[in-house]
Amino acid sequence: MAFNSIAEFIAMGGHAPYVWSSWGLTLFLLVALVWHARFERRQLINSLRRRERRERAREQQNAAQAPLQTVVEGGQHDT
Amino acid sequence: MWAFIHKLGSPKWFYGISAKLEPWFWVAAALLIVAGTVWGLAFAPADYQQGNSFRIIYVHVPAAFLAQSIFVSMAVAGLVFMVWKIKVADMAAAVMAPLGAAMTFVSLFSGAVWGVPTWGTWWMWDARLTSMLILLFLYLGVIALRGAFTSRDSASRAASVLAMVGVINIPIIKYSVDWWYTLHQPASFTMTSRPAMPTEMWLPLLIMVLGFYSFFIALTLMRTRNEILRRESNKRWVRELVQEA
Repeated sequence: MAFNSIAEFIAMGGHAPYVWSSWGLTLFLLVALVWHARFERRQLINSLRRRERRERAREQQNAAQAPLQTVVEGGQHDT
Repeated sequence: MWAFIHKLGSPKWFYGISAKLEPWFWVAAALLIVAGTVWGLAFAPADYQQGNSFRIIYVHVPAAFLAQSIFVSMAVAGLVFMVWKIKVADMAAAVMAPLGAAMTFVSLFSGAVWGVPTWGTWWMWDARLTSMLILLFLYLGVIALRGAFTSRDSASRAASVLAMVGVINIPIIKYSVDWWYTLHQPASFTMTSRPAMPTEMWLPLLIMVLGFYSFFIALTLMRTRNEILRRESNKRWVRELVQEA
């Protein structure tokens, strides 16, 4: 250990502003970049899933409507 | 060899293999950076001339290494994209740029802050500092260029060309301390001789450098996979993957 106490560690021998601002910025940017990548990933997966759900719902709707239309058409034919 | 390159060029294959590799690089990055931080901040001895301000070296040097290595990687990826039309290379180049810019900023900022107690000034228009500032502008130029085109292919080609041309700046940065008289000290690590620092000073620095490189690899793999999902969103395998996840 290069320091005798926590207070001495924080003071950095009078160089606290220089040491802590450099380290603070560096570690902050590293964490921010990881957070951003995770956020980006979650957003992408969510939007892709939404699109998938929308398309499946449309397919189901089409499937449900198709026989109905033939019935109506068939009915019209009868009259 | 050629089969391997073509496989590597397939987004699906790259997505799968990088998913397996990524966690290992995250673990390595976390362990090395935490170890290097604790060692460098609390256990490494203070410099007999600079006192504790010398501890800035443990973020300054790794960031500066990455800033330059990322630019070279970006230029190589750009070349691979231009020559072989490998899309994954372009995706990797695209996601590397912001990290490179961040690391260049970190090295400039920490260098400026370190300059105040050691040189008595935070900025000098000397060769090393100026060439690093140019590197930052090159990164910002590459990022802006990608955003400036509506066609993705034009954007990719323009960014690749700028990266390949801009890479000229890297040897200038490296040799700036030898070619010109500058305030900046020459390289701390060289291939040919032992570092001028005692072991308990340079070992934590080496650990930090390795940690930063692992971080770069892990983040690039993760964001390249994001980029694959974005650009290949209409491919069948992506749609199936999204449904499973």
